[in-house]
Amino acid sequence: MRFKRNIATSEAGFIFNPASGDSFSSNPIGSEILTQLKEDKSRQEIIEVIASRYDVEKNQFERDLEDFMSQLRDYNLLDEN
Amino acid sequence: MEKLKYERPIIKKLNTGFSNKFGSQLKNEVVTHLEGVGVKELIRQYGSPLFVISEKQIRRNYQHAVRVFKTRYPKIQFAWSYKTNYLNAVCKIFHQEGSWAEVVSGFEYEKALGNGVPGNKIIFNGPDKTDEQLVKAARNNSLIHIDHFDELYSLIKLSEEFQLKPRVAIRVNMDTGIYPKWDRFGFNYENGQAWNAITRIINCENLNLVGLHCHIGTFMLETGAYAIAAVKLCDLLRNIKEKHNKTIQYLDMGGGFPSSNTLKGSYLPGVDTVPTIDQFADAITGAILDFGFRQDELPLLILETGRALIDDAGFLLGTVLANKRLSDGRRSTILDFGVNTLFTSFWYDFKISPAQDGGQYTEETVLYGPLCMNIDIISENITLPLLQKGDHLVVHRVGAYNMTQWMQFITLRPNVVLLDQEGHSHLIRKAETLDYIESAEQIPAYLKKDTPS
Repeated sequence: MRFKRNIATSEAGFIFNPASGDSFSSNPIGSEILTQLKEDKSRQEIIEVIASRYDVEKNQFERDLEDFMSQLRDYNLLDEN
Repeated sequence: MEKLKYERPIIKKLNTGFSNKFGSQLKNEVVTHLEGVGVKELIRQYGSPLFVISEKQIRRNYQHAVRVFKTRYPKIQFAWSYKTNYLNAVCKIFHQEGSWAEVVSGFEYEKALGNGVPGNKIIFNGPDKTDEQLVKAARNNSLIHIDHFDELYSLIKLSEEFQLKPRVAIRVNMDTGIYPKWDRFGFNYENGQAWNAITRIINCENLNLVGLHCHIGTFMLETGAYAIAAVKLCDLLRNIKEKHNKTIQYLDMGGGFPSSNTLKGSYLPGVDTVPTIDQFADAITGAILDFGFRQDELPLLILETGRALIDDAGFLLGTVLANKRLSDGRRSTILDFGVNTLFTSFWYDFKISPAQDGGQYTEETVLYGPLCMNIDIISENITLPLLQKGDHLVVHRVGAYNMTQWMQFITLRPNVVLLDQEGHSHLIRKAETLDYIESAEQIPAYLKKDTPS
C-alpha cells in the first residue's frame, strides 16, 4: 500500500486531500514518516531511519508505525493497490 | 549524535464548522509531584497502582468547613462519616481536628471505638443495628439515630430489659423538592410518621430524645433543598417544645455535600458547577437562624460531611499497560487499575493528569482498566498526551468511597500511602497478598486431597 500521490503535505504537519476536501494534522514525526512514504521508502527503511534519529527501540516504533499506517488507511490516504 | 526525543506518530482529522464556545483545549497539566513528593518515586517505592492521601489537604478542608459554618452559626459540630473513608489513619486525622464519628454499622462502630473516640461522641446511624450493638451503644452513651419503628420498639424493649436510658434521635425523611426522594431511611415528615415516632419516644420513660436527624441525598447540587430540610426539622423541634415541653439539643443535617468531581453526563465540569460549602452553610444556617428561635434556644448543628472533606485529598497513581486501536479507529489505553480499585469511576468523569511531560500533541482515548470485563471503563473519552506503555497517570479526587467500596476482584487491592504535613510518606494500608485473601477460606477435609492429574 502506498501513500496516495495526490495528497498534499507540508513540513509543518498539515495534510490535505484535494479529492475529498479533508484536512489533517500530524506531529513532526508523523510528517517525517509521510515524507518517507511519499519517497516510496519501505516500512523496514522507515524503521531504520527513525530508530537511528530518535530515542526509540525498533520494536516499539514498529508497533507505533503499524498503528499510524492503520490510521492512514482509516482516513483513506493509502492506495489499496 | 544525541538522538531526538521520541513521540508516537499521530494524524488527526481537522473538523471545521464545529466551533467550541469554551475556546481551545487547555494544555494537559502534568503532575510530576504530589505535595513535593515525586510520583515516579512513590510508584518505585510502593508499586502501582497506589492510592495517595494528603494529610495537609484533609486538614485544610476540615478547617475551612468548620470556619465557614462557625462564622455563620454559634454551635457547630462535625462528625466524620466513616463510610466515606474509614482507614484508621484518615479517621484519626479528623478526630484530631475535633470531629466526632458517624457510623452506620457495628463494624464501623467498633472501628470508631478502636480509634479512641469516646462513646458519647459516636453517632450510630443506619437501618442495621443488632440488639447487641444497640445495648452496647446505649451503655456507651452514644447517640443512636433510630431508622424505623422495628428498631424503635427493639430499643424500647432492650432499654426496659437492661435498665438503660439511651440518648436517641430519629432520622426524618421529607420532600425537599429534589429527585430521588430518599424516603427509604427514617420516618416521613409529611405523612406524620416522624411525629408519631417522636410521640412514642417521648412517652417512653427509658428513651431520651435529644436530636433530630436528616440526610436528604448524596452529591447534592441544590443548596435550597437543605434550607427546606432545615425548616422542616426546626418545625418538628418547635412542636416538640410546645406540645411536650421537651428541649431538643441538636439538629443533625447529615451529609451529601458534593466534591468538585464531575458527574458523568454533566455539560460543565464540577469545578465550575458544584456549589461551594459556603453556599450550603448559608442555606442551612440561614434557615435555622431565620426560623425565630431565641439565641439560647438555638440547637447544636451537627454535620456529617464526608465526600466534600476528603475527595480532593486522595489521588490514585497508575501505569499504562498498553495502547490499542479499536475497530472504529478510536484510541484506547489499558491501565493497571480498573473499576475494582476506582469504584467511583462508575459515576465520575475524573480529572486525570499525565505524570510525565508528553509533548504538545494530544489525542482522544478511551481508558480501560485491566479487568477481563467489558464494564471495566475508567473514562469513555478523555484527551491526553501520547502515552506509552509504562507511563504514569494521576487520577484526582478519589479520596471518598473508593477505599471503602473497592472490590477484591481477580487481583489484589493496592497500597495506600499518607503524605504527612512535612511531605513524608507513610504506608497506611498494605497491599493485599494471596495469603491475606485466603486466610479467611477453609477447605472441607474431603477436598483437601490433591486433585488427580
